[in-house]
Amino acid sequence: MKSATFKVWRGDREAGDFQTYEVELEPGYVVLDAIHKIQAEQANDLACRWNCKAGKCGSCSAEINGSPRLMCMTRVEDVAGNGPITVEPMRTFPVIKDLVTDVSWNYEVKASIQKMTPREPDFEDGSWKMHQYDVERPQEFRKCIECFLCQNVCHVLRDHQMHGEFAGPRHFVFAAQAEMNPIDLTDRIPQLREELGIGYCNITKCCTKVCPESITITDNAIIPLKERVVDRSYDPLTKLVRRIFGRSDKG
Amino acid sequence: MRKDAWWIQPLFVFSVFTAFVVYSTWAAFQGAFYWHENLLSPFYSPEIWGASEHALWQRTGTPGWWPGFLPYSPAFLILWAPVSFRLTCYYYRGAYYKAYWPGPPSCSVGVPREAYIGERKFPLIVQNLHRYALPFALLLLVFLTIDAWNSFRFDAAGGGKEFGLSVGSFVLTLNVVFLSAYTFGCHSLRHLVGGGMDVLSGRPVRRKAYECVSCLNARHMAFAWTSLLWVAFSDIYVRLCAMDVWTNVRFF
Ligand code: SF4
Ligand code: SF4
Ligand code: FES
Ligand code: FES
Repeated sequence: MKSATFKVWRGDREAGDFQTYEVELEPGYVVLDAIHKIQAEQANDLACRWNCKAGKCGSCSAEINGSPRLMCMTRVEDVAGNGPITVEPMRTFPVIKDLVTDVSWNYEVKASIQKMTPREPDFEDGSWKMHQYDVERPQEFRKCIECFLCQNVCHVLRDHQMHGEFAGPRHFVFAAQAEMNPIDLTDRIPQLREELGIGYCNITKCCTKVCPESITITDNAIIPLKERVVDRSYDPLTKLVRRIFGRSDKG
Repeated sequence: MRKDAWWIQPLFVFSVFTAFVVYSTWAAFQGAFYWHENLLSPFYSPEIWGASEHALWQRTGTPGWWPGFLPYSPAFLILWAPVSFRLTCYYYRGAYYKAYWPGPPSCSVGVPREAYIGERKFPLIVQNLHRYALPFALLLLVFLTIDAWNSFRFDAAGGGKEFGLSVGSFVLTLNVVFLSAYTFGCHSLRHLVGGGMDVLSGRPVRRKAYECVSCLNARHMAFAWTSLLWVAFSDIYVRLCAMDVWTNVRFF
């Protein structure tokens, strides 16, 4: 493959349109390389966000041929061959310029999630004894690079724009990371049900499919949290057992 | 707009699921040809009240308490259990919302819409009671295991039973294997056996159970489909044998 045609979305919050660029390719090119080349040779004012070019900073999220992906981890040859390659900004967040979107809403939601309350330390130096086995579950969620591709693809945010009522998959991953931590005492279940709106998720698993870190978002974070919400709010039997034995899911 | 053939998957789910619903409804209404010698169709198991030798109460006709204006079939007494289990299953929910509703038809091919309540309010809030269908699904496995066992036992020439092997034995055994792999991979079961707790170290039994369920759970979608297709095939197999269209070949 020598060259490829790119249709890149150019514009700002008010208006925008696709512009076509022809790019000479070099072996191993990823979409971000092509965007940089366009920037260097054809459109110096093309805005794109990036940092690591290694799929680790989560900055270069975009929609390539309509699918949410990291530009730096998408090889051109994998998306070519079906007409021009379209590159557009994430649709769920407001555009700042060209491929750059304003994802700051995500940081606000994250800040609103109840913090961890560690139990009394096990040792005098203030440290805890934890079994690696129990830590592994929340550790999966620590892989998140905050690319917000899962937020972008989730139809509750994307199509229904329920940013005020629904925290989105990334934040269920974040909440699960704290909620399943063996030394955490905070109870986030009411918050997950009410403010974070976990009940809006209808487990369509689009978030899991796009996650570049392969976090099993739906099966390992969202559904287990939903089950805990059921325990607390919807299941009369578990509620009764809890009331009688005062059992909790902590510890 | 996505350029790949994103519609293939929802179309597949729609077609297979619809075909299954149509076939199983038809099969449940038949009330006949659901057993052949030592084989019982899984749609009719357990046969609580019916004419075959497999029935718990072997009677012809309709139970006295059954409303006369409704048609009767032994399948009606039990099918609610697997139906409610599958309808509220986390995997199927995600799949049929996409295929039927469609909300959304596929990932990042949404139709912007106004009203959306998800599983927060009636009617879909009922989905949260999936776990209540689980004990019934587990109980069905017991009966299906008995059916599979019976498929190896044939009438002996001099009376009594003898061990044997037929194609039907394989069909019903695989049926219970696939259904178990599906049922034991349930998300609610995973939560129940250990997923609901943050500390599993030092609880060897729970830990093992959680690991086993998690292992099947990771393949839940695959087992959901295999078990669905195989249970329908099992009914077809028994039905066609009972109608003398197929012969249940016996190896020994
Ligand atoms: S599984 Fe839930 S959170 Fe993930 S994309 Fe679907 S609706 Fe959104
Ligand atoms: S969970 Fe995955 S897709 Fe979502 S923000 Fe984190 S890394 Fe990105
Ligand atoms: S540039 Fe860092 S993830 Fe793509
Ligand atoms: S989640 Fe699928 S059977 Fe329970």
